[in-house]
Amino acid sequence: MKTFKTILLLLVVATISAFTINPSKGYKVGDEAADFSLKNIDDTMVSLADYSEAKGFIVVFTCNMCPYSVANEDRIIALDKKYKKKGFPVIAINPNDPEVSKGDSFEAMKVRAKEKGFTFPYLFDEGQEVYPKYGATKTPHVYILNKKKGKLIVEYIGAIDDSSRNENNVKERFVENAVDALLKGEKPTKTDTRAIGCSIKDKRNS
Amino acid sequence: MHKILILFLGSFMLLSCKGKLKETDEVRDSSVKIATLNYEELKPLLHKNDDKTYVVNFWATWCMPCVKELPAFEKLNAAYKDKNVEVVLVSLDFPKQKESNLIPFVKKKSLQSKVLHFDDANEQFWIPDIAENWSGSIPATLIYNEKKRKFYEKSFSYEELQYELQTFLN
Repeated sequence: MKTFKTILLLLVVATISAFTINPSKGYKVGDEAADFSLKNIDDTMVSLADYSEAKGFIVVFTCNMCPYSVANEDRIIALDKKYKKKGFPVIAINPNDPEVSKGDSFEAMKVRAKEKGFTFPYLFDEGQEVYPKYGATKTPHVYILNKKKGKLIVEYIGAIDDSSRNENNVKERFVENAVDALLKGEKPTKTDTRAIGCSIKDKRNS
Repeated sequence: MHKILILFLGSFMLLSCKGKLKETDEVRDSSVKIATLNYEELKPLLHKNDDKTYVVNFWATWCMPCVKELPAFEKLNAAYKDKNVEVVLVSLDFPKQKESNLIPFVKKKSLQSKVLHFDDANEQFWIPDIAENWSGSIPATLIYNEKKRKFYEKSFSYEELQYELQTFLN
């Protein structure tokens, strides 16, 4: 009876710790990322599988309204211009619920993309199912995916560079360094970085 | 009630005195002064070792959910300041927005909690140094005292905030 109780206690402890040890959801570096099918600002549906030639992707969760996203728009365009031709196009996704953040509606996305001359797809995470799968918490939030034997492996999660507010003070370009490494067939040296960003607007969390 | 009134009148008088003394150069912001700190200066305020419990909220005027939850922090500050609790509102507004957005906002809402402006470019260092589990999104809140410390990367209602605070006070 005593052993039974001990086992029971151990089981309870194990169950509790199983739930508390791993609070963060979403992908980690090394995980396989799932494809999606989301509506682009040109009203077509876009999936990563559409890019059969791509070696990987720079997936950026971003939006119209967040000042940190706005401060990074030109840098995101520059990334796409530089890396699309090398096989790593930018795929931007707006994860916000326009009911919570009006300026992030699909129509407003079209306007902003035109104003800024986005060279990449700007997708709307309608129903907000994609961003939680990735584990994105804020905008901008970058995930670099690398194609390996038909699988999309997450190789980098974090910021674009080390100066999110002010491009003039950038010393280290995290995303460029990571993609350059992947293009050479190497592992990126930095795979996790952080920056302040706007929390993703989701009425399920507020 | 009388006490509050006296306190209110007292601080009002103090403020107006200060305003008069420095009228020449500070007429514009005679009542609202907000210090700008870098991380070296902010860090000690996140590690005080006294008998108080600190509720430190990271926010910005441009952050909609932050602005939405501010009344909960203000209410908490009013309700618990006699119970050894201090609310500190750390603004992450861009430096150029301090004068144009932050100070007018604090004035307009007449925030009673302590407001600081935090400006430090080295996010790679201070985000994980403040909390290992912080991805960097705001709103975010640190509650701590000398015995316990917890970081929340989320929005709060007053009830949730009060509930969390209670776990530090018991």
